[in-house]
Amino acid sequence: MLAKRIIPCLDIKDGQTVKGINFVNLHHAGDPIELGKAYSEQGADELVYLDITASHEGRKTFTELVGRIAKEINIPFTVGGGINELSDVDRLLNAGADKISINSAAIRRPELIDEIANHFGSQVCVVAIDAKQTERGWKCYLNGGRLETERDLFAWAKEANERGAGEILFTSMDHDGVKQGFANEALHQLSTMLTIPVIASGGAGNMEHFRDAFTQGHADAALAASVFHFGEIKISELKEYLKQQNITIRL
Amino acid sequence: MYVAIVKYNAGNICSVKNALTRCGIEPVLTDDPELLMKADKVIFPGQGEARSTMNYLKEHRLDEVIKSLTQPVLGICIGMQLLCRHSEEQDTDCLGIFDTDVLRFRPNTSEEKVPQMGWNTINNTTSELFKGFTKPEFVYFVHSFYVPECGHTIATTDYTLSYSSALHKDNFYATQFHPEKSGPVGERIIKNFLEL
Repeated sequence: MLAKRIIPCLDIKDGQTVKGINFVNLHHAGDPIELGKAYSEQGADELVYLDITASHEGRKTFTELVGRIAKEINIPFTVGGGINELSDVDRLLNAGADKISINSAAIRRPELIDEIANHFGSQVCVVAIDAKQTERGWKCYLNGGRLETERDLFAWAKEANERGAGEILFTSMDHDGVKQGFANEALHQLSTMLTIPVIASGGAGNMEHFRDAFTQGHADAALAASVFHFGEIKISELKEYLKQQNITIRL
Repeated sequence: MYVAIVKYNAGNICSVKNALTRCGIEPVLTDDPELLMKADKVIFPGQGEARSTMNYLKEHRLDEVIKSLTQPVLGICIGMQLLCRHSEEQDTDCLGIFDTDVLRFRPNTSEEKVPQMGWNTINNTTSELFKGFTKPEFVYFVHSFYVPECGHTIATTDYTLSYSSALHKDNFYATQFHPEKSGPVGERIIKNFLEL
């Protein structure tokens, strides 16, 4: 059976990981490659590297980093941040990324999804959606959650699916950073209506939260950052736990 | 050892090159028939769509070259599908090494997404490609089309049904999954291939 995936997310600024701190036996927790390797050895199923640098120079550093990650890491990895057009995708895939993730750029110009799917195939195109529950339902946000849009989460996810996205990475802004669990109801709704995999993001605080994202949210994968970076949850122990909970997991 | 990777218009070829480098081999990425024919091993990798990749192979006469190879050849993902007879993807005639067709996944439930994306196990492995394997191991898959079980099957995987996750006939080997992205298990498969 296809296994549920556990995906640590690494934020990169100027070629260094931003949050990697509490890592035992790791001399350079700031080194994205060492950290990625450590996660891979613990059993991470994929990695996500998010470029949070804004500058042009930072982009170049990130592309070089992607090339080095591709040489060293032997599991799939996705890169995101600052991807606005086809040439950005081309540059990062050429450097060796397996998938790219787009967020604001796709909401601003949805055709970008079609273009990526047609040029490189749906499997490389992860559409990331940041959304928040408002009085008018779940609304999508732009620019890392700073700008509200009129777009409904479910309508947008469905449109992205139809345009050729390969996966949806859904972050609930209400749950992100609060460590009270993932947005399982919304996840379940997404997972039922979409024909492509859904990655849950935002809210992981303990191992039960991951279980619930899979059993209640029906997510295909779960992504987290700080609980892994700060060593609160060890990926190997998490996967052992999930397996005991009868969830199909790669050990 | 001289290992050649078939260069064509499929994606993700450099990750195979990187995987070989990690195994201590510096492969040659080429579409030159002579360089492909004289290699000790040939890898036919890729990610992509059947019709456009098949058209490219024909235009560059690589279809005849691949069919004529006599050394061990490893097809990966779309590489494996192109080695089959016909693909349901865009109704495409393929190379016909493996006497079987490629079909599209038809999900039984909303839980079964297409493409299959992620880690699944390879079962019933019966080939030197899987030398040293003692249990069903997880490997990484990304695909919407599959090869049914057939006389060439050397590994099976369950997704919507039990299908061929690896094939073998004469000097041709193929995997539907990506050994280059399958961690230590995938590296073992690549090393086993290099030792053939």
